[in-house]
Amino acid sequence: MIEAYFIHLAILVGIYLILALSLQLALGYTGLINLGHIAFFAIGAYVSALLTLSGIPFIIAILLAGVISALFGFLLSIPTNKLKGDYLALATLAFTFVIYAITLNWASLTRGPLGLPGIPKPSIFGLSFSSNLSFLILILVIVLAVYFLIKRIVYSPFGKVLEATRDNELATRVLGKNTFKIKSIALGASAFFAGIAGSLYAHYITYIDPSSFTIMQLIPILCIVIIGGLASLRGTIIATIILILLPEPLRFIGFPSSVVGPMRQIIYALILLLILIYRPKGFFGKVELE
Amino acid sequence: MLKIQNLSKHFGGVKAVNNCSFDIKENNITALIGPNGSGKSTLFNLVSGIIKEDSGKITYNKQDITNLSPEKVSNTGISRLFQKSQLFDNLTIKENLLLAIDNEDTKFWKNLLGKNKTTKEKEERVNKLLKLVEMESFADKLGRELSYGQKRLIEIARTILNPHKLLMLDEPIAGVTPKLRTKISEILLNLKKQGATILLIEHDMNFALNLADEVIVLDEGRVIAKGTPNQIKNNKKVLEAYLGD
Repeated sequence: MIEAYFIHLAILVGIYLILALSLQLALGYTGLINLGHIAFFAIGAYVSALLTLSGIPFIIAILLAGVISALFGFLLSIPTNKLKGDYLALATLAFTFVIYAITLNWASLTRGPLGLPGIPKPSIFGLSFSSNLSFLILILVIVLAVYFLIKRIVYSPFGKVLEATRDNELATRVLGKNTFKIKSIALGASAFFAGIAGSLYAHYITYIDPSSFTIMQLIPILCIVIIGGLASLRGTIIATIILILLPEPLRFIGFPSSVVGPMRQIIYALILLLILIYRPKGFFGKVELE
Repeated sequence: MLKIQNLSKHFGGVKAVNNCSFDIKENNITALIGPNGSGKSTLFNLVSGIIKEDSGKITYNKQDITNLSPEKVSNTGISRLFQKSQLFDNLTIKENLLLAIDNEDTKFWKNLLGKNKTTKEKEERVNKLLKLVEMESFADKLGRELSYGQKRLIEIARTILNPHKLLMLDEPIAGVTPKLRTKISEILLNLKKQGATILLIEHDMNFALNLADEVIVLDEGRVIAKGTPNQIKNNKKVLEAYLGD
């Protein structure tokens, strides 16, 4: 019993790790205050769920979930290209609401508030990941792949252009770099990985509905990125593990589920507040949040 | 090489650049001088594509560059130094300089597949520039850790590393020590010897007049005089613009 609980927690940590690492790519490394990240997560979850429910193999569904989320990332980068800071945050937040409204109201496709039940467990080339342990192994492999790819991007010369764009976009442009293209790629890549996380979430829980993809779901991911430190992959990993596991002991103290949920939000808010006051760069951040 | 024709830019009721025309010759050092608010930096911003003109035309090497974006202007071979520090604060000095060498670093797939390594040749070019500005030991320091004068030198090095035929330098010696001024002056003369064309804005008259082959004087957004440093020194209009009636 306790083993199953720990496996469940490890799977959650894995999904949040992909989400936080991919948000780090857009927010920490490129400086795009992107509050639309949860929308890409939703797009990935719905695309993958709908495809597998209509008989498409999981491996194609998860890849298409990433690609279609990336496409939305590119599309979002076009109207928001000239926006910075608070304005960009508001515009991307609006995108989250648009996607939420679509999942809620396009009932013929998404079944609206009824959600999509019976999403099949993943199966790749006949290999089934229906048990939680096998799902955990799948998540581990994908988390490692995502970590490797994001690390490769941010440590490459392209990653330095992302950081230059974050630090001083005008100076980057004057050095001959097309920052519109760079920001679009960063948002697209970030959305791709969020879409992959969405697909994994849908196939793990096997049921999705619009309430899984509200702005409230973005708060823990945003907290992880800020607490771990902007532009720090190591900080993101540590913060994900701490923030996902920290509220868990509340369950053992005997608090009912209705209290654990709100307490989790309060704990995140308190940690965020303390970090912003005493350690504005987070655990291992390179840059301060402006 | 660079031709400005009837260029105008107004900010509200203020005529920052007012029907301005001049051209600069290849392999010359041209100094753009004038009192505060005479439109020098606005003119630089217009050429660099940072702001759009109200009217007029900018031609560079017979190519119309009016209204091109800053990155496109840069890629035509115009490298710009700003008046205020524009160093990437959270990158190391070496990373700051490597960014200027080419645009291979903007190619996502090439970088993801590991096909854009920092070559020895690139490293050598960076080291050579760091040596030129006597800052080899600062290669691994972050941009934000440098003093004003040090930042200035690194920015000059970065402007030089950015592929160029024309260097546009906005007050390269502002706020630096006399020793550094001499150093920067030597660097600019050396660049000229190597074939570069330089357009510089400078408030220090002695520096500008000693270095420049040609001087253009702006006042209230218009060219009021143009000539050799000696001609400018004795020009009545210039003296009036600087000293008043």
